[in-house]
Amino acid sequence: MVWFKKKEVTSEERKAVDALWSKCNVCNEIIYKKELERNLNVCPKCSYHFPISAQKRLAIVVDEGSFSEVDRGLTPVDPISFRDIKRYSERLEEAQKKTGLNDAFIAGKGEIHGCPAIIGVFDFGFLGGSLGSVVGEKIARMVERAMGERVGVIIFTSSGGARMQEGIFSLMQMAKTSAALSLLRREKLPYISVLTDPTTGGVTASFGMLGDIIMAEPRALICFAGPRVIKETIKTDLPPGFQRAEHLLQHGMIDLIVERRKLKETLGRLLDLFSH
Amino acid sequence: MRHYLDFEGPLRELEREYEELQRFAPRDDPKVLARVEKLQRRIAKVREEIYSQLTPWQKTQLSRHIDRPHTLDYIDLVFEDFIELHGDRGFMDDPAMVGGLARLDGEVVVVVGHQKGRDMREMGYRNFGMSHPEGYRKALRIMELGARFKKPIITMIDTPGAYPGVGAEERGQAEAIARNLREMASFPVPIVVVVIGEGGSGGALAIGVGDRMLMMENAIYSVISPEGCAAIVWRDGTKGPLAAEALKLTASDILKLGVIDEIIPEPLGGAHCDYQGTMTKFKEAVSRHLGELRGVPEEKLLLERYNRFRQMGAFMEE
Repeated sequence: MVWFKKKEVTSEERKAVDALWSKCNVCNEIIYKKELERNLNVCPKCSYHFPISAQKRLAIVVDEGSFSEVDRGLTPVDPISFRDIKRYSERLEEAQKKTGLNDAFIAGKGEIHGCPAIIGVFDFGFLGGSLGSVVGEKIARMVERAMGERVGVIIFTSSGGARMQEGIFSLMQMAKTSAALSLLRREKLPYISVLTDPTTGGVTASFGMLGDIIMAEPRALICFAGPRVIKETIKTDLPPGFQRAEHLLQHGMIDLIVERRKLKETLGRLLDLFSH
Repeated sequence: MRHYLDFEGPLRELEREYEELQRFAPRDDPKVLARVEKLQRRIAKVREEIYSQLTPWQKTQLSRHIDRPHTLDYIDLVFEDFIELHGDRGFMDDPAMVGGLARLDGEVVVVVGHQKGRDMREMGYRNFGMSHPEGYRKALRIMELGARFKKPIITMIDTPGAYPGVGAEERGQAEAIARNLREMASFPVPIVVVVIGEGGSGGALAIGVGDRMLMMENAIYSVISPEGCAAIVWRDGTKGPLAAEALKLTASDILKLGVIDEIIPEPLGGAHCDYQGTMTKFKEAVSRHLGELRGVPEEKLLLERYNRFRQMGAFMEE
Protein backbone atom coordinates (compact mmCIF):
# COMPACT_ATOMS: atom_id res chain seq x y z
CA MET A 1 0.00 0.00 0.00
CA VAL A 2 1.24 3.43 -0.90
CA TRP A 3 1.07 5.90 1.92
CA PHE A 4 2.01 8.98 0.01
CA LYS A 5 1.18 9.19 -3.62
CA LYS A 6 2.95 11.81 -5.64
CA LYS A 7 0.32 13.87 -7.32
CA GLU A 8 0.85 14.40 -11.04
CA VAL A 9 1.39 18.08 -11.78
CA THR A 10 -0.60 19.12 -14.81
CA SER A 11 0.81 21.67 -17.21
CA GLU A 12 -1.98 24.03 -16.17
CA GLU A 13 -0.88 23.82 -12.57
CA ARG A 14 2.76 24.28 -13.55
CA LYS A 15 1.81 27.42 -15.46
CA ALA A 16 -0.06 28.75 -12.47
CA VAL A 17 2.98 28.16 -10.26
CA ASP A 18 5.35 29.73 -12.79
CA ALA A 19 3.12 32.76 -12.98
CA LEU A 20 3.58 33.36 -9.28
CA TRP A 21 7.08 32.17 -8.49
CA SER A 22 10.56 32.47 -10.00
CA LYS A 23 13.69 30.47 -9.31
CA CYS A 24 17.02 32.25 -9.04
CA ASN A 25 19.52 31.09 -11.70
CA VAL A 26 22.41 31.36 -9.28
CA CYS A 27 21.26 30.39 -5.76
CA ASN A 28 18.10 28.45 -6.73
CA GLU A 29 16.02 30.42 -4.23
CA ILE A 30 12.29 30.34 -4.96
CA ILE A 31 11.07 33.90 -5.00
CA TYR A 32 7.56 35.34 -5.07
CA LYS A 33 7.33 37.12 -8.43
CA LYS A 34 5.75 40.29 -7.09
CA GLU A 35 8.52 40.62 -4.55
CA LEU A 36 11.11 40.05 -7.27
CA GLU A 37 9.60 42.79 -9.39
CA ARG A 38 9.48 45.20 -6.46
CA ASN A 39 13.19 44.48 -6.05
CA LEU A 40 13.93 45.45 -9.71
CA ASN A 41 14.24 41.75 -10.57
CA VAL A 42 17.19 41.24 -8.27
CA CYS A 43 17.32 38.10 -6.13
CA PRO A 44 16.83 39.19 -2.52
CA LYS A 45 19.01 36.35 -1.27
CA CYS A 46 22.13 36.40 -3.50
CA SER A 47 21.56 39.66 -5.40
CA TYR A 48 21.72 37.93 -8.79
CA HIS A 49 20.36 40.37 -11.36
CA PHE A 50 17.74 38.65 -13.53
CA PRO A 51 17.60 39.61 -17.20
CA ILE A 52 14.83 42.15 -17.78
CA SER A 53 13.02 43.33 -20.88
CA ALA A 54 14.28 46.34 -22.79
CA GLN A 55 11.20 48.33 -21.73
CA LYS A 56 11.76 47.58 -18.09
CA ARG A 57 15.42 48.51 -18.38
CA LEU A 58 14.51 51.86 -19.89
CA ALA A 59 11.95 52.47 -17.15
CA ILE A 60 14.60 51.85 -14.50
CA VAL A 61 17.36 53.94 -16.05
CA VAL A 62 15.96 56.78 -18.16
CA ASP A 63 14.24 59.92 -16.83
CA GLU A 64 10.52 59.40 -16.97
CA GLY A 65 8.97 60.65 -20.18
CA SER A 66 12.31 61.62 -21.74
CA PHE A 67 12.84 58.61 -24.00
CA SER A 68 11.89 58.71 -27.65
CA GLU A 69 12.48 55.60 -29.67
CA VAL A 70 14.06 55.86 -33.13
CA ASP A 71 14.34 53.47 -36.07
CA ARG A 72 11.38 51.52 -34.85
CA GLY A 73 10.51 50.55 -38.41
CA LEU A 74 13.66 48.49 -38.96
CA THR A 75 12.50 44.93 -39.51
CA PRO A 76 14.56 41.76 -39.93
CA VAL A 77 14.51 39.70 -43.13
CA ASP A 78 15.77 36.20 -43.88
CA PRO A 79 18.77 36.93 -46.11
CA ILE A 80 20.07 33.38 -46.52
CA SER A 81 16.72 31.53 -46.30
CA PHE A 82 18.01 29.84 -43.19
CA ARG A 83 16.31 26.73 -42.08
CA ASP A 84 17.16 24.22 -39.39
CA ILE A 85 14.32 22.37 -37.74
CA LYS A 86 12.35 25.54 -38.26
CA ARG A 87 12.58 28.40 -40.71
CA TYR A 88 14.25 31.57 -39.49
CA SER A 89 11.24 33.52 -40.75
CA GLU A 90 8.98 31.46 -38.47
CA ARG A 91 11.28 32.01 -35.53
CA LEU A 92 11.17 35.73 -36.19
CA GLU A 93 7.39 35.78 -36.28
CA GLU A 94 7.17 33.88 -33.01
CA ALA A 95 9.65 36.19 -31.31
CA GLN A 96 7.82 39.25 -32.60
CA LYS A 97 4.53 37.94 -31.30
CA LYS A 98 6.03 37.01 -27.94
CA THR A 99 7.84 40.30 -27.28
CA GLY A 100 5.87 42.83 -29.29
CA LEU A 101 9.22 43.99 -30.71
CA ASN A 102 10.47 43.97 -34.30
CA ASP A 103 13.89 42.76 -33.25
CA ALA A 104 16.08 42.32 -30.18
CA PHE A 105 17.06 45.94 -29.66
CA ILE A 106 15.46 49.27 -28.80
CA ALA A 107 17.33 52.47 -29.64
CA GLY A 108 16.44 56.03 -28.89
CA LYS A 109 17.28 59.30 -27.29
CA GLY A 110 16.74 59.94 -23.65
CA GLU A 111 17.97 61.72 -20.57
CA ILE A 112 19.50 60.35 -17.42
CA HIS A 113 19.34 62.78 -14.50
CA GLY A 114 18.87 65.47 -17.10
CA CYS A 115 21.91 64.48 -19.20
CA PRO A 116 21.01 63.61 -22.80
CA ALA A 117 22.40 60.46 -24.41
CA ILE A 118 21.71 58.08 -27.25
CA ILE A 119 20.63 54.88 -25.54
CA GLY A 120 20.28 51.35 -26.82
CA VAL A 121 18.97 48.30 -24.99
CA PHE A 122 19.00 44.62 -25.85
CA ASP A 123 16.00 42.45 -25.18
CA PHE A 124 17.15 38.93 -24.35
CA GLY A 125 13.62 37.65 -24.80
CA PHE A 126 13.87 38.17 -28.57
CA LEU A 127 15.87 35.22 -29.96
CA GLY A 128 18.30 35.40 -27.06
CA GLY A 129 19.15 39.02 -27.78
CA SER A 130 21.15 37.87 -30.78
CA LEU A 131 23.04 40.31 -32.98
CA GLY A 132 21.63 40.42 -36.49
CA SER A 133 21.43 43.02 -39.25
CA VAL A 134 18.71 45.10 -37.59
CA VAL A 135 20.57 45.36 -34.29
CA GLY A 136 23.81 46.24 -36.10
CA GLU A 137 22.11 48.88 -38.21
CA LYS A 138 20.45 50.44 -35.16
CA ILE A 139 23.78 50.65 -33.35
CA ALA A 140 25.55 52.20 -36.35
CA ARG A 141 22.77 54.78 -36.61
CA MET A 142 22.98 55.45 -32.86
CA VAL A 143 26.63 56.35 -33.25
CA GLU A 144 25.99 58.58 -36.24
CA ARG A 145 23.13 60.29 -34.42
CA ALA A 146 25.29 60.81 -31.34
CA MET A 147 27.95 62.48 -33.49
CA GLY A 148 25.32 64.72 -35.05
CA GLU A 149 23.98 65.79 -31.67
CA ARG A 150 27.33 65.79 -29.86
CA VAL A 151 26.19 63.47 -27.06
CA GLY A 152 27.42 60.17 -25.67
CA VAL A 153 26.23 56.63 -26.34
CA ILE A 154 25.09 54.03 -23.81
CA ILE A 155 24.39 50.42 -24.73
CA PHE A 156 22.94 47.83 -22.37
CA THR A 157 23.89 44.38 -23.62
CA SER A 158 22.20 41.08 -22.97
CA SER A 159 22.87 38.64 -25.75
CA GLY A 160 23.71 35.12 -26.77
CA GLY A 161 26.02 36.54 -29.46
CA ALA A 162 25.82 36.75 -33.23
CA ARG A 163 22.56 35.59 -34.84
CA MET A 164 23.72 32.62 -36.84
CA GLN A 165 20.47 32.46 -38.81
CA GLU A 166 21.71 35.51 -40.72
CA GLY A 167 24.96 33.75 -41.62
CA ILE A 168 27.95 35.89 -42.55
CA PHE A 169 25.89 39.08 -42.21
CA SER A 170 25.60 38.54 -38.47
CA LEU A 171 29.39 38.19 -38.18
CA MET A 172 29.85 41.37 -40.18
CA GLN A 173 27.70 43.32 -37.71
CA MET A 174 30.62 43.02 -35.30
CA ALA A 175 32.86 44.85 -37.78
CA LYS A 176 30.13 47.32 -38.69
CA THR A 177 29.40 48.38 -35.11
CA SER A 178 33.09 48.48 -34.17
CA ALA A 179 33.89 50.64 -37.20
CA ALA A 180 31.11 53.04 -36.16
CA LEU A 181 32.56 53.21 -32.67
CA SER A 182 35.98 54.07 -34.10
CA LEU A 183 34.37 57.23 -35.51
CA LEU A 184 32.77 58.09 -32.18
CA ARG A 185 36.15 57.71 -30.56
CA ARG A 186 37.74 60.08 -33.08
CA GLU A 187 34.99 62.60 -32.33
CA LYS A 188 35.86 62.37 -28.62
CA LEU A 189 32.37 61.45 -27.51
CA PRO A 190 31.96 58.98 -24.64
CA TYR A 191 30.62 55.48 -25.04
CA ILE A 192 29.45 53.60 -21.97
CA SER A 193 28.88 49.88 -22.26
CA VAL A 194 26.71 48.24 -19.59
CA LEU A 195 27.04 44.45 -19.62
CA THR A 196 24.13 42.55 -18.13
CA ASP A 197 23.43 38.86 -17.74
CA PRO A 198 24.25 37.20 -20.09
CA THR A 199 26.58 38.93 -22.55
CA THR A 200 28.42 36.49 -24.76
CA GLY A 201 30.07 35.77 -28.11
CA GLY A 202 30.11 38.36 -30.87
CA VAL A 203 28.43 41.02 -28.76
CA THR A 204 31.13 40.86 -26.09
CA ALA A 205 33.80 40.70 -28.80
CA SER A 206 32.70 43.94 -30.45
CA PHE A 207 30.84 46.87 -28.89
CA GLY A 208 30.48 45.03 -25.56
CA MET A 209 34.17 45.38 -24.72
CA LEU A 210 34.76 48.67 -26.53
CA GLY A 211 33.27 51.00 -23.94
CA ASP A 212 35.33 53.95 -22.73
CA ILE A 213 33.67 52.91 -19.53
CA ILE A 214 32.57 49.30 -19.16
CA MET A 215 30.25 48.48 -16.29
CA ALA A 216 28.45 45.29 -15.40
CA GLU A 217 25.64 44.18 -13.17
CA PRO A 218 26.54 41.89 -10.26
CA ARG A 219 26.96 38.20 -11.12
CA ALA A 220 26.40 38.81 -14.85
CA LEU A 221 27.88 36.15 -17.13
CA ILE A 222 30.24 37.93 -19.52
CA CYS A 223 32.32 35.95 -21.96
CA PHE A 224 33.39 35.26 -25.52
CA ALA A 225 33.17 31.46 -25.49
CA GLY A 226 30.44 30.15 -23.21
CA PRO A 227 31.27 28.02 -20.16
CA ARG A 228 29.84 24.86 -21.75
CA VAL A 229 32.03 25.15 -24.85
CA ILE A 230 35.13 25.75 -22.74
CA LYS A 231 34.33 22.84 -20.47
CA GLU A 232 33.95 20.56 -23.48
CA THR A 233 37.24 21.80 -24.92
CA ILE A 234 39.46 21.58 -21.86
CA LYS A 235 37.61 18.65 -20.24
CA THR A 236 38.01 19.90 -16.67
CA ASP A 237 35.82 21.85 -14.29
CA LEU A 238 35.88 25.61 -14.48
CA PRO A 239 37.06 27.76 -11.57
CA PRO A 240 34.26 29.03 -9.30
CA GLY A 241 32.81 32.37 -10.38
CA PHE A 242 34.56 32.07 -13.77
CA GLN A 243 33.25 34.56 -16.36
CA ARG A 244 31.03 36.31 -13.85
CA ALA A 245 31.26 40.10 -13.56
CA GLU A 246 33.28 39.91 -10.34
CA HIS A 247 35.82 37.62 -12.03
CA LEU A 248 36.20 40.05 -14.94
CA LEU A 249 36.64 42.98 -12.57
CA GLN A 250 39.39 41.09 -10.80
CA HIS A 251 41.13 40.38 -14.11
CA GLY A 252 40.99 43.99 -15.18
CA MET A 253 38.47 43.58 -17.98
CA ILE A 254 35.76 45.97 -16.74
CA ASP A 255 35.70 49.27 -14.84
CA LEU A 256 33.02 48.73 -12.27
CA ILE A 257 30.15 46.60 -11.07
CA VAL A 258 27.00 48.54 -10.36
CA GLU A 259 23.86 47.26 -8.69
CA ARG A 260 20.66 47.81 -10.60
CA ARG A 261 19.24 50.23 -8.08
CA LYS A 262 22.38 52.39 -8.35
CA LEU A 263 22.65 52.16 -12.14
CA LYS A 264 20.74 55.31 -13.01
CA GLU A 265 22.59 57.43 -10.51
CA THR A 266 25.99 56.13 -11.64
CA LEU A 267 25.24 56.67 -15.33
CA GLY A 268 23.92 60.15 -14.62
CA ARG A 269 27.07 61.06 -12.70
CA LEU A 270 29.32 59.69 -15.44
CA LEU A 271 27.49 61.53 -18.22
CA ASP A 272 27.73 64.68 -16.14
CA LEU A 273 31.47 64.24 -15.58
CA PHE A 274 32.06 63.68 -19.30
CA SER A 275 29.99 66.68 -20.31
CA HIS A 276 32.11 69.22 -18.43
CA MET B 1 51.83 10.62 -49.48
CA ARG B 2 48.70 12.45 -50.50
CA HIS B 3 45.84 12.60 -48.02
CA TYR B 4 42.44 11.80 -49.47
CA LEU B 5 39.11 12.99 -48.12
CA ASP B 6 36.17 10.61 -47.87
CA PHE B 7 34.47 11.89 -51.02
CA GLU B 8 37.70 11.44 -52.97
CA GLY B 9 37.47 7.65 -52.57
CA PRO B 10 36.97 6.74 -56.24
CA LEU B 11 39.88 8.96 -57.17
CA ARG B 12 42.16 7.36 -54.61
CA GLU B 13 41.68 3.91 -56.11
CA LEU B 14 42.42 5.12 -59.63
CA GLU B 15 45.43 7.18 -58.65
CA ARG B 16 46.90 4.31 -56.64
CA GLU B 17 46.55 2.01 -59.59
CA TYR B 18 48.09 4.59 -61.87
CA GLU B 19 51.04 5.08 -59.54
CA GLU B 20 51.64 1.35 -59.28
CA LEU B 21 51.61 1.00 -63.03
CA GLN B 22 54.05 3.88 -63.37
CA ARG B 23 56.36 2.37 -60.81
CA PHE B 24 56.31 -1.33 -61.57
CA ALA B 25 55.05 -2.03 -65.07
CA PRO B 26 57.50 -2.27 -68.00
CA ARG B 27 57.39 1.02 -69.86
CA ASP B 28 57.80 -0.34 -73.36
CA ASP B 29 54.87 -2.71 -73.22
CA PRO B 30 52.17 -1.27 -75.49
CA LYS B 31 49.48 -2.98 -73.45
CA VAL B 32 50.65 -1.16 -70.32
CA LEU B 33 50.90 2.11 -72.19
CA ALA B 34 47.33 1.76 -73.36
CA ARG B 35 46.23 1.00 -69.85
CA VAL B 36 48.10 4.04 -68.52
CA GLU B 37 46.50 6.27 -71.10
CA LYS B 38 43.06 4.94 -70.33
CA LEU B 39 43.62 5.47 -66.63
CA GLN B 40 44.76 9.02 -67.18
CA ARG B 41 41.60 9.81 -69.09
CA ARG B 42 39.49 8.13 -66.45
CA ILE B 43 41.23 10.03 -63.64
CA ALA B 44 40.70 13.34 -65.41
CA LYS B 45 37.03 12.53 -65.85
CA VAL B 46 36.51 11.45 -62.25
CA ARG B 47 38.34 14.53 -60.99
CA GLU B 48 36.12 16.74 -63.09
CA GLU B 49 33.05 14.94 -61.77
CA ILE B 50 34.04 15.16 -58.12
CA TYR B 51 35.39 18.70 -58.03
CA SER B 52 32.97 20.48 -60.32
CA GLN B 53 30.06 20.02 -57.95
CA LEU B 54 31.45 20.11 -54.44
CA THR B 55 28.89 20.43 -51.67
CA PRO B 56 29.35 23.08 -48.95
CA TRP B 57 30.43 20.32 -46.58
CA GLN B 58 33.02 18.99 -49.02
CA LYS B 59 34.36 22.50 -49.42
CA THR B 60 34.52 22.77 -45.64
CA GLN B 61 36.63 19.61 -45.63
CA LEU B 62 38.86 20.95 -48.39
CA SER B 63 39.29 24.27 -46.57
CA ARG B 64 40.68 22.30 -43.62
CA HIS B 65 42.76 19.89 -45.70
CA ILE B 66 45.94 18.99 -43.88
CA ASP B 67 48.07 19.54 -47.00
CA ARG B 68 46.51 22.89 -47.82
CA PRO B 69 48.95 25.83 -48.04
CA HIS B 70 48.99 27.81 -44.80
CA THR B 71 49.98 31.41 -44.14
CA LEU B 72 53.71 30.67 -43.89
CA ASP B 73 53.59 28.76 -47.19
CA TYR B 74 52.12 31.80 -48.90
CA ILE B 75 54.65 34.03 -47.22
CA ASP B 76 57.45 31.73 -48.33
CA LEU B 77 56.33 31.38 -51.94
CA VAL B 78 54.74 34.73 -52.74
CA PHE B 79 56.68 37.27 -50.67
CA GLU B 80 60.40 38.01 -50.39
CA ASP B 81 62.59 39.21 -47.58
CA PHE B 82 60.18 38.17 -44.80
CA ILE B 83 61.20 38.95 -41.25
CA GLU B 84 58.91 37.37 -38.69
CA LEU B 85 58.09 39.44 -35.62
CA HIS B 86 57.09 37.87 -32.35
CA GLY B 87 55.12 38.55 -29.21
CA ASP B 88 52.39 40.87 -27.99
CA ARG B 89 54.73 42.74 -25.60
CA GLY B 90 52.36 41.82 -22.81
CA PHE B 91 52.23 38.15 -22.04
CA MET B 92 53.55 35.79 -24.70
CA ASP B 93 54.20 34.93 -28.32
CA ASP B 94 51.24 33.10 -29.81
CA PRO B 95 52.38 30.63 -32.51
CA ALA B 96 48.80 30.37 -33.83
CA MET B 97 49.29 33.82 -35.35
CA VAL B 98 52.29 34.89 -37.43
CA GLY B 99 53.29 38.15 -38.97
CA GLY B 100 56.04 40.50 -39.97
CA LEU B 101 57.50 42.70 -42.66
CA ALA B 102 58.11 41.47 -46.19
CA ARG B 103 58.26 42.56 -49.79
CA LEU B 104 55.70 41.88 -52.47
CA ASP B 105 57.14 42.56 -55.91
CA GLY B 106 59.67 44.80 -54.25
CA GLU B 107 57.15 46.85 -52.30
CA VAL B 108 57.44 46.67 -48.50
CA VAL B 109 54.26 45.33 -46.90
CA VAL B 110 53.06 44.04 -43.56
CA VAL B 111 51.69 40.48 -43.50
CA VAL B 112 49.82 38.73 -40.71
CA GLY B 113 47.86 35.51 -40.66
CA HIS B 114 46.64 32.59 -38.64
CA GLN B 115 48.99 29.63 -38.75
CA LYS B 116 48.02 25.96 -38.60
CA GLY B 117 50.36 23.00 -38.32
CA ARG B 118 50.79 20.08 -40.67
CA ASP B 119 51.94 17.22 -38.41
CA MET B 120 50.77 16.32 -34.92
CA ARG B 121 53.65 18.10 -33.21
CA GLU B 122 53.25 21.32 -35.15
CA MET B 123 49.48 21.23 -34.92
CA GLY B 124 49.78 21.22 -31.17
CA TYR B 125 52.42 23.95 -31.25
CA ARG B 126 50.19 26.11 -33.45
CA ASN B 127 47.13 25.19 -31.38
CA PHE B 128 45.33 24.17 -34.59
CA GLY B 129 45.36 27.79 -35.69
CA MET B 130 43.27 28.93 -32.73
CA SER B 131 44.70 32.12 -31.29
CA HIS B 132 44.74 33.26 -27.72
CA PRO B 133 44.22 36.98 -27.05
CA GLU B 134 47.98 37.45 -27.42
CA GLY B 135 47.75 36.34 -31.05
CA TYR B 136 45.28 39.09 -31.86
CA ARG B 137 47.34 41.59 -29.89
CA LYS B 138 50.49 40.57 -31.73
CA ALA B 139 48.67 40.95 -35.04
CA LEU B 140 47.47 44.39 -33.99
CA ARG B 141 50.95 45.46 -32.96
CA ILE B 142 52.40 44.40 -36.30
CA MET B 143 49.55 45.99 -38.27
CA GLU B 144 50.08 49.23 -36.34
CA LEU B 145 53.62 49.26 -37.72
CA GLY B 146 52.11 49.24 -41.17
CA ALA B 147 49.74 52.05 -40.24
CA ARG B 148 52.54 54.18 -38.81
CA PHE B 149 55.19 53.52 -41.44
CA LYS B 150 52.67 53.65 -44.28
CA LYS B 151 53.02 50.08 -45.48
CA PRO B 152 50.02 48.27 -46.93
CA ILE B 153 48.67 45.40 -44.83
CA ILE B 154 47.86 41.93 -46.12
CA THR B 155 46.12 39.50 -43.81
CA MET B 156 45.46 35.79 -44.30
CA ILE B 157 42.58 34.14 -42.48
CA ASP B 158 42.78 30.45 -41.63
CA THR B 159 41.35 29.50 -38.25
CA PRO B 160 38.58 27.36 -36.76
CA GLY B 161 38.04 30.29 -34.36
CA ALA B 162 39.47 31.93 -31.28
CA TYR B 163 40.61 29.43 -28.65
CA PRO B 164 37.96 28.72 -26.01
CA GLY B 165 39.97 28.30 -22.82
CA VAL B 166 40.12 29.59 -19.28
CA GLY B 167 43.29 31.65 -19.73
CA ALA B 168 42.10 33.03 -23.05
CA GLU B 169 38.89 34.27 -21.45
CA GLU B 170 40.62 35.65 -18.37
CA ARG B 171 43.10 37.59 -20.48
CA GLY B 172 40.36 39.17 -22.57
CA GLN B 173 39.71 37.17 -25.75
CA ALA B 174 36.65 39.32 -26.42
CA GLU B 175 38.46 42.58 -25.76
CA ALA B 176 41.36 41.60 -28.04
CA ILE B 177 39.05 40.77 -30.94
CA ALA B 178 36.90 43.87 -30.42
CA ARG B 179 39.90 46.18 -30.32
CA ASN B 180 41.25 44.76 -33.57
CA LEU B 181 37.92 45.36 -35.30
CA ARG B 182 37.86 48.97 -34.18
CA GLU B 183 41.51 49.68 -34.93
CA MET B 184 41.54 48.00 -38.33
CA ALA B 185 38.66 50.27 -39.30
CA SER B 186 40.93 53.28 -38.85
CA PHE B 187 44.40 52.27 -40.14
CA PRO B 188 45.23 54.82 -42.87
CA VAL B 189 46.86 52.29 -45.23
CA PRO B 190 45.38 49.84 -47.72
CA ILE B 191 44.33 46.52 -46.18
CA VAL B 192 43.75 43.42 -48.31
CA VAL B 193 42.20 40.44 -46.54
CA VAL B 194 42.30 36.92 -47.99
CA VAL B 195 40.48 33.96 -46.48
CA ILE B 196 42.91 31.20 -47.47
CA GLY B 197 41.27 28.31 -45.62
CA GLU B 198 38.90 28.31 -42.70
CA GLY B 199 37.24 31.59 -41.79
CA GLY B 200 35.90 30.72 -38.36
CA SER B 201 33.76 33.40 -36.70
CA GLY B 202 35.13 36.20 -34.51
CA GLY B 203 38.61 34.74 -34.43
CA ALA B 204 38.75 35.08 -38.22
CA LEU B 205 37.17 38.52 -38.37
CA ALA B 206 39.71 39.81 -35.83
CA ILE B 207 42.19 40.22 -38.72
CA GLY B 208 39.47 40.58 -41.34
CA VAL B 209 38.55 44.25 -41.61
CA GLY B 210 39.93 45.64 -44.88
CA ASP B 211 39.45 47.57 -48.11
CA ARG B 212 39.36 44.44 -50.20
CA MET B 213 38.19 41.02 -49.11
CA LEU B 214 39.02 37.95 -51.15
CA MET B 215 38.47 34.25 -50.68
CA MET B 216 40.25 31.26 -52.10
CA GLU B 217 37.85 29.15 -54.11
CA ASN B 218 37.59 26.36 -51.54
CA ALA B 219 37.80 28.53 -48.45
CA ILE B 220 34.84 28.99 -46.13
CA TYR B 221 33.75 31.96 -44.03
CA SER B 222 31.15 31.53 -41.34
CA VAL B 223 29.72 33.05 -38.19
CA ILE B 224 29.91 29.66 -36.51
CA SER B 225 31.48 26.32 -37.46
CA PRO B 226 29.03 23.92 -39.11
CA GLU B 227 29.60 21.51 -36.22
CA GLY B 228 28.93 24.22 -33.66
CA CYS B 229 25.77 25.27 -35.46
CA ALA B 230 24.62 21.65 -35.67
CA ALA B 231 25.26 21.13 -31.97
CA ILE B 232 23.03 24.09 -31.16
CA VAL B 233 20.10 23.62 -33.52
CA TRP B 234 20.01 19.85 -33.97
CA ARG B 235 21.74 19.08 -30.68
CA ASP B 236 23.95 16.81 -32.77
CA GLY B 237 27.45 17.80 -33.84
CA THR B 238 27.48 15.19 -36.61
CA LYS B 239 24.86 17.14 -38.56
CA GLY B 240 27.69 19.37 -39.81
CA PRO B 241 26.91 18.74 -43.50
CA LEU B 242 23.35 20.02 -43.01
CA ALA B 243 24.55 23.09 -41.16
CA ALA B 244 27.22 23.78 -43.81
CA GLU B 245 24.42 23.85 -46.35
CA ALA B 246 22.25 26.18 -44.26
CA LEU B 247 24.97 28.67 -43.28
CA LYS B 248 25.90 29.72 -46.86
CA LEU B 249 29.58 29.66 -46.07
CA THR B 250 31.25 28.88 -49.40
CA ALA B 251 33.19 31.49 -51.34
CA SER B 252 30.52 31.67 -54.03
CA ASP B 253 27.77 32.18 -51.44
CA ILE B 254 29.73 34.90 -49.67
CA LEU B 255 30.43 36.60 -53.00
CA LYS B 256 26.73 36.53 -53.85
CA LEU B 257 25.94 38.16 -50.50
CA GLY B 258 28.31 40.97 -51.44
CA VAL B 259 30.68 40.49 -48.52
CA ILE B 260 33.79 39.73 -50.60
CA ASP B 261 35.10 41.24 -53.84
CA GLU B 262 36.55 38.28 -55.62
CA ILE B 263 37.19 34.55 -55.52
CA ILE B 264 40.75 33.43 -56.23
CA PRO B 265 40.50 30.25 -58.30
CA GLU B 266 42.22 27.10 -57.10
CA PRO B 267 43.55 24.24 -59.21
CA LEU B 268 41.20 21.30 -59.70
CA GLY B 269 41.24 19.25 -56.50
CA GLY B 270 42.14 22.19 -54.28
CA ALA B 271 45.04 24.51 -53.47
CA HIS B 272 47.15 21.65 -52.08
CA CYS B 273 47.25 19.88 -55.46
CA ASP B 274 49.40 22.59 -57.02
CA TYR B 275 51.11 25.06 -54.68
CA GLN B 276 52.83 26.97 -57.44
CA GLY B 277 49.67 27.40 -59.46
CA THR B 278 47.81 28.55 -56.37
CA MET B 279 50.50 31.04 -55.44
CA THR B 280 50.57 32.56 -58.92
CA LYS B 281 46.84 33.26 -58.82
CA PHE B 282 47.03 34.53 -55.24
CA LYS B 283 49.86 36.89 -56.05
CA GLU B 284 48.17 38.20 -59.17
CA ALA B 285 44.94 39.00 -57.31
CA VAL B 286 46.53 40.54 -54.22
CA SER B 287 48.96 42.68 -56.27
CA ARG B 288 46.15 43.87 -58.50
CA HIS B 289 43.98 44.96 -55.58
CA LEU B 290 46.90 46.61 -53.81
CA GLY B 291 47.68 48.43 -57.04
CA GLU B 292 44.13 49.77 -57.24
CA LEU B 293 44.32 51.00 -53.66
CA ARG B 294 47.76 52.57 -54.02
CA GLY B 295 47.54 56.32 -54.16
CA VAL B 296 43.96 56.53 -52.90
CA PRO B 297 43.96 59.49 -50.48
CA GLU B 298 43.75 58.45 -46.81
CA GLU B 299 40.43 60.13 -46.15
CA LYS B 300 38.83 58.46 -49.13
CA LEU B 301 40.31 55.10 -48.26
CA LEU B 302 38.93 55.24 -44.71
CA LEU B 303 35.55 56.54 -45.80
CA GLU B 304 35.18 53.78 -48.37
CA ARG B 305 36.26 51.16 -45.85
CA TYR B 306 33.70 52.50 -43.40
CA ASN B 307 30.95 52.50 -46.02
CA ARG B 308 31.83 48.99 -47.04
CA PHE B 309 31.01 47.66 -43.58
CA ARG B 310 28.35 50.23 -42.87
CA GLN B 311 26.15 48.81 -45.61
CA MET B 312 26.58 45.15 -44.67
CA GLY B 313 23.42 43.41 -43.56
CA ALA B 314 19.89 42.94 -44.78
CA PHE B 315 16.69 44.42 -43.33
CA MET B 316 13.50 46.19 -44.26
CA GLU B 317 12.46 49.64 -43.20
CA GLU B 318 8.80 50.46 -42.79
